Amino acid sequence: MPRRSPTSGRKPWEKWSEVTPHSVWLDRRALMAGGAAMMLAPAARAAPRDLVPNSRKDITTYNNFYEFGFDKGDPARYAGRLTTDPWSVRIDGLVERPGSWPLDDVLKGMPLDEHITRLRCVEAWSMVIPWIGFPLAELLRRAGPRPGAKYVAFETLLRPEEMPGQRRRSIDWPYREGLRLDEAMHPLTLLATGLYGAALPNQNGAPLRLVVPWKYGFKSIKSIVRITLTDTQPVTTWPALQPTEYGFYANVNPRVDHPRWSQATERVIGAGLFAPRVPTEMFNGYAEEVASLYAGMDLRTFY
Amino acid sequence: MRRLPVAVVYLAALVPLGWIVWLVLSGGIGVDPVKEIEHRLGKIALWFLALGLAVTPLRRLTGVNLLRYRRALGLSAAFYVGLHILAWGWLDMRWLWAQMAGDLLKRPYLVAGMASALMIAVLAATSNGVSVRALGARWRVLHRLTYPAAALAVGHYLWQMKVITPEGWAWAGVMTGLLALRLLPRGWGVTRRA
Repeated sequence: MPRRSPTSGRKPWEKWSEVTPHSVWLDRRALMAGGAAMMLAPAARAAPRDLVPNSRKDITTYNNFYEFGFDKGDPARYAGRLTTDPWSVRIDGLVERPGSWPLDDVLKGMPLDEHITRLRCVEAWSMVIPWIGFPLAELLRRAGPRPGAKYVAFETLLRPEEMPGQRRRSIDWPYREGLRLDEAMHPLTLLATGLYGAALPNQNGAPLRLVVPWKYGFKSIKSIVRITLTDTQPVTTWPALQPTEYGFYANVNPRVDHPRWSQATERVIGAGLFAPRVPTEMFNGYAEEVASLYAGMDLRTFY
Repeated sequence: MRRLPVAVVYLAALVPLGWIVWLVLSGGIGVDPVKEIEHRLGKIALWFLALGLAVTPLRRLTGVNLLRYRRALGLSAAFYVGLHILAWGWLDMRWLWAQMAGDLLKRPYLVAGMASALMIAVLAATSNGVSVRALGARWRVLHRLTYPAAALAVGHYLWQMKVITPEGWAWAGVMTGLLALRLLPRGWGVTRRA
């Protein structure tokens, strides 16, 4: 006789974690692993504290990844065909040890941990994601920034055969992003390889993506194949496309509006049809950690 | 076909709304129900605007005369425009009046959308027989507001996109075509069934 369970009514292929709040899921996983044998201790959680992760379904079916189409459902529909193994990452520019490495070598020795952060999209919505990843600084230190290095540029894979959105030329592919070196070295800046304790799904930027929690989501570039240290500010995709609407810094800032919509409040994905809008926090709630990076800068000019 | 009661069009116009309600109740609306509802309502309004604008060209090109259904199409468009604005104010903005007012003043795409909605409201309010008779010849002139209303509606739709999608360009093309046909000299095409 079938036992009633919290998953009854769900399609059999939907995983428990897809519909389970993270805390319950983590406990269950801990139980399965025999309690003490958890591979990943919850990392020291940065502010904002007490973030409750969205369901796996929220995180994996609502994505902006234009390489697979403009609709937020497109990445989940079409990213499956992306080959992420083999994968290599080129690290070049102003570094002591430039080169191209297979992903396994890139990840070797990196301190993988769980980091629960809030992602605030420039479109004024947010969700909370339990990433598995490590600080970008670890990798940059291994590569050895040379004295003249001031910026870090990132590039996404260019493979139109597997990324249907790249066959349209509405954007100058490949997708490019960048950070100032001190932003890139900040301990909150992560390279993620997984979420919810499993490998990163393709639609979330497998196998390696950036996470910069105090900046709008478009800074957190997906499926990275190249990291270049430079002495000049790199050209990045959105400011190149719409310089009046998107800046290089793109720090979450409720007081600096997007020209076409306000950034004062945000909708919380997964909160339901009648949930209130919530006020957007300066630096997405990470002001204590990162505000000093921008001391003396006019954030209205450097948006 | 031409004997189909107009009431059938009004009833059919409720089907897309029913579909949205079904998606919400069945959980098929996705993880961002607010945006999905808001965008679907706006898109449905665009469909009805385009269908209403297609009535005359269809008659000119093929002789098929659906004029008696045009008011139902226009009122359906107005109905969905109203729901679209309700979804924006209630579900999306949660009646944050200050932010809504600030956005309305500052954001061109909202100004375009709201101007279109006001025109459509005027058109809907004067669509009844009493208004037609009272306004006489001026009614035709007034109802040319349909053209700027449709143009602004499509402008509003394209303007809120981060990158204009192929679907967006298709809408721009269709609406431009439908409006451009109005520039042809009066009496083009088939005016009477052979």
